[in-house]
Amino acid sequence: MAINTRNRGTFDWLIIVLYLALVGIGWVNIISASIDPTENYNLFDLSNLYAKQLLFIGLSILLIIFILSLEAKFFERFASIIYVVSILSLLGLFVFGKTISGATSWYGFGSFGLQPSEFAKAATALALAKYLSDIQTDVKSFVHQLRAFVIIALPAICIIPQPDPGSALVYAAFFFPLYREGLSGIYLIIGSVVVGLFILTLAFGPYYVIAGIFAIAVILLIMNRKKRFGKRLYYVLPIVSMLFVFSVDYIFQNVFEQRHRDRFNVVLGKDVDMKSIGYNTYQSEIAIGNGGLFGKGFLKGTQTKGDFVPEQQTDYIFSTVGEEWGFLGSTLVIFLFVGLMLRVIILAERQKSQFSRIYGYSVAGILFIHFLVNIGMVTGVLPTVGIPLPFFSYGGSSLWGFTILLFIFVKLDSNRVNDW
Amino acid sequence: MRRILLFTVVLVSGLLFTGRLFYLQILNTSYAGLSENNAIKRSFDYPQRGHIYDRNGELLVSNQPSYDVMVIPREVEPFDTLELCQMLKMTKEALVTRLEKARVYSPRLPSIVIPQLTKSEYAYLQEKMRKYEGFYIQKRSLRDYQIDFGANFLGYIAEVNQSDIEANPYYQSGDLRGRTGVEKQYEDVLRGVKGVKYIQKDRFNRDIGPYKNGSLDTLPQPGKDITLTVDAALQRYGEELMVNKRGGIIAIEPATGEILALISAPNYDPALLVGRERSANFTKLWYDTISKPLFDRSLQAEYPPGSPFKTLNALIALQEGVVNTEESFSCHGGYVYGRGRKLGCHHHPSPLSMIPGIANSCNAYFANVYRRVIEKYDSPQEGMDVWNNHLASFGLGDFMGTDLPTGRPGFIPDSKFYNRSYEYPKYKWFSTATISNSIGQGEVITTPIQLANVTAAIANRGWYYTPHIIKSIEGDEKQIPEEYRTKHVTSIDPANFEPVVQGMYDVYNYGTASAVRIADIDICGKTGTAENYTKINGEREQLTDHSIFVAFAPKDNPKIAIAVFVENGYWGSRYAGKIASLMIEKHIKGEITRTDLEEWVLTHSLEDEYAKPLSGQPFYINDGKKLSGIPEKPQL
Repeated sequence: MAINTRNRGTFDWLIIVLYLALVGIGWVNIISASIDPTENYNLFDLSNLYAKQLLFIGLSILLIIFILSLEAKFFERFASIIYVVSILSLLGLFVFGKTISGATSWYGFGSFGLQPSEFAKAATALALAKYLSDIQTDVKSFVHQLRAFVIIALPAICIIPQPDPGSALVYAAFFFPLYREGLSGIYLIIGSVVVGLFILTLAFGPYYVIAGIFAIAVILLIMNRKKRFGKRLYYVLPIVSMLFVFSVDYIFQNVFEQRHRDRFNVVLGKDVDMKSIGYNTYQSEIAIGNGGLFGKGFLKGTQTKGDFVPEQQTDYIFSTVGEEWGFLGSTLVIFLFVGLMLRVIILAERQKSQFSRIYGYSVAGILFIHFLVNIGMVTGVLPTVGIPLPFFSYGGSSLWGFTILLFIFVKLDSNRVNDW
Repeated sequence: MRRILLFTVVLVSGLLFTGRLFYLQILNTSYAGLSENNAIKRSFDYPQRGHIYDRNGELLVSNQPSYDVMVIPREVEPFDTLELCQMLKMTKEALVTRLEKARVYSPRLPSIVIPQLTKSEYAYLQEKMRKYEGFYIQKRSLRDYQIDFGANFLGYIAEVNQSDIEANPYYQSGDLRGRTGVEKQYEDVLRGVKGVKYIQKDRFNRDIGPYKNGSLDTLPQPGKDITLTVDAALQRYGEELMVNKRGGIIAIEPATGEILALISAPNYDPALLVGRERSANFTKLWYDTISKPLFDRSLQAEYPPGSPFKTLNALIALQEGVVNTEESFSCHGGYVYGRGRKLGCHHHPSPLSMIPGIANSCNAYFANVYRRVIEKYDSPQEGMDVWNNHLASFGLGDFMGTDLPTGRPGFIPDSKFYNRSYEYPKYKWFSTATISNSIGQGEVITTPIQLANVTAAIANRGWYYTPHIIKSIEGDEKQIPEEYRTKHVTSIDPANFEPVVQGMYDVYNYGTASAVRIADIDICGKTGTAENYTKINGEREQLTDHSIFVAFAPKDNPKIAIAVFVENGYWGSRYAGKIASLMIEKHIKGEITRTDLEEWVLTHSLEDEYAKPLSGQPFYINDGKKLSGIPEKPQL
């Protein structure tokens, strides 16, 4: 065991550097997005969002020290309890929750609020890792798959009615650790087909998609006409797909609310009013496009100064990067994120313990979903879904949630030589 | 596969996002401008409009501050409505309606509650306004007229319309621009150039500071003052004389072509078109289709010139050599030109040669010489065109080219016109068909300014400068536009003017205007009494003759040439002659000795005359005995 490159108790400094870089750059952009252009800086006036965020960052450092000083085994041992507490905190919102911007997602403490859904992600990751790493769990067994699914779905189900469907969507990230641990590839194929058909149906309407499915089915049937068995699949799958396409159309037109339809239509480039429905996306694209190669410079972004992009310090923070730091700055941020996620995946693969690996994959998956959905939304390629950009967006709960998520993995990783 | 799925997906999405950013930030350049539209507001700093002075340096038009009471609905706190309403002199309902309108327009942007308060109203409000949160007072600059006359040539300014904006990108919606008169003609000089400030806006369109620290901003260039050739005292006097009459007066300094007075009656106070009541007042003026105060009769009204035109026929006849000053023609109460048709004339000695012919305004004399001009050539067409060319050299029959934006060409017929009218060559026409031209009736029409210019050309014995109203522009005192420094020479030899001038002098000596003589001034003039017609219910009806008079004085080194048209004033010296004499005396002596004439003009009105065709009753015309006094001045 001692052959390992690092000794026990050493932390992966690359992750820590990437983390600090992202948090630091994020804070600079929160200054831009939240500063009142008519006033001077005041880092100690907590009515300024950037001052508050600095406080949150300071507290995160304390949190990191605390997590890293705990025993690595603590997390595995207490995973179930942490998970239960987390679920209870989500349920408690229905009684004690404080409503901000229409969502009952916070516990209020004076002018501060705590958002339990941000912490539930780490708790769920721990619980899933614990369950899957159990010697008796077999990912290939349907019953065990179902149990794992319950672990993942429970917090999501608590979060959806807040309502915060964006945060619930993040739980899709747990597909990645499950797949890594041996979940059948059929789920991946079904998932991809479902997503693909969904998008195609919205973009082109149900009839073209059905015609396409029909054509592909016919071609496959002709190509495989000499096969003796399994031909039934070539009849069943297209029919199921066609039914799905119709149901997508039905759900989109009848179950979705207009605002949801609008969000899809904006991204699909359908004819929508960019002054009202597409406002967020449009203003965000303008801000990013305005940056050009080098950007307008710190505090010089006209879109940012003018407060044209709603929620710019939280979900739309990346548009500030785009405007003030240009293509160079925003690709740097993309590279930092990609670097961090890849590093986590690489380290997860190196883990000896299944628990650590599953947890690492969960971390990478959660970061990835946030990254994908948020940047996709801000750059106008994915529909508007309100979830924060990890380490970047303003907000204590979000920052602490991701800090805890990431640094539990840093701690687990540091302990891998000492696996039992 | 299981190990690389997430790894690959992360890498691919990172690359896709980089590609998307490359598209948004590098390839697609349309976003940059969009943000400018979004976030940068151009705010304009309007310079003071130039002042307008008269030829003696008297200030005619300056600027006054005006104050708009503004409101930003979102910032309004509950306030004492009653007190505010009293201060603003509006009813509570009106205030509530106004505030509601402002809220509908935008809760965050300022709207006007009450526009254009005067200085004194502002002084009263100034101290108390700060009590009212969300209300404030915004200063603007308006025209301030120092005089209550001259509206016709000063013109007015108004907000630009869509076609102005399209024609000239300098203008933005809400900008003011000279619409008529001098304000329009010298718009570029008077308005200056507005300064631009670039201001960073937020998403509610509020200002949040200068853009790029004001490095792109420009300063406004103030408008230039201009000095007009008009003599304010003469203009004022002329407008007073024309009260209760309709018509136009133009006075020109013959040596320079400078317009001394440019009067159109009825007039209006230029201050009516400024301030809160502008719109209501303009509507009243615009819809007054009976007296048409916005119609500049001195520039736009086309009247038959009547007898003053005879001087031109005399000049042409002399130039063409068809008559000399000695030859006399007899007049038997008119001129018979075949088959019993007769051009009537009034009582005067007979026969007459040219000088007494002019003095007595004998129609027969001019019918004779006109026929000789037309018949001198092989065909009446040729003669007509020669005649037309002579008149064109006096600037008749076409736009004058003055520096005032309105004008009319008048009309002088030529052979083409008569060929068309008489369907030549199917039917022929001869000089007698056009005989009315000899006495300034018939097809000939002129505007007052054209006739004043003709008088100036006669006063100068053969040349004139295009009449103009600009004397100097601030910063360029020496130069006025080239076209007003170019001498136009008529087609008549200077020597031929002397007998005509003598005839005009005798008009005052013993002729048709001897009653309006002014002591110590040698005035040369010519009366005119022009028949005119209107249509009532589709029937052509004759109205009382126009009273017309042209004059210049002194006879040598003339200082003033003047044309006066008084609509339906009957004979030439009855109204126009008196007014012309008074104007000349006013200009040359600076005081009035013929107070009897002044008294008469000021106390007589033609309103009854103007009411006749509108009365629906049958009426008499040219009824010289029935004179009416001054009616109450109608209130605008």
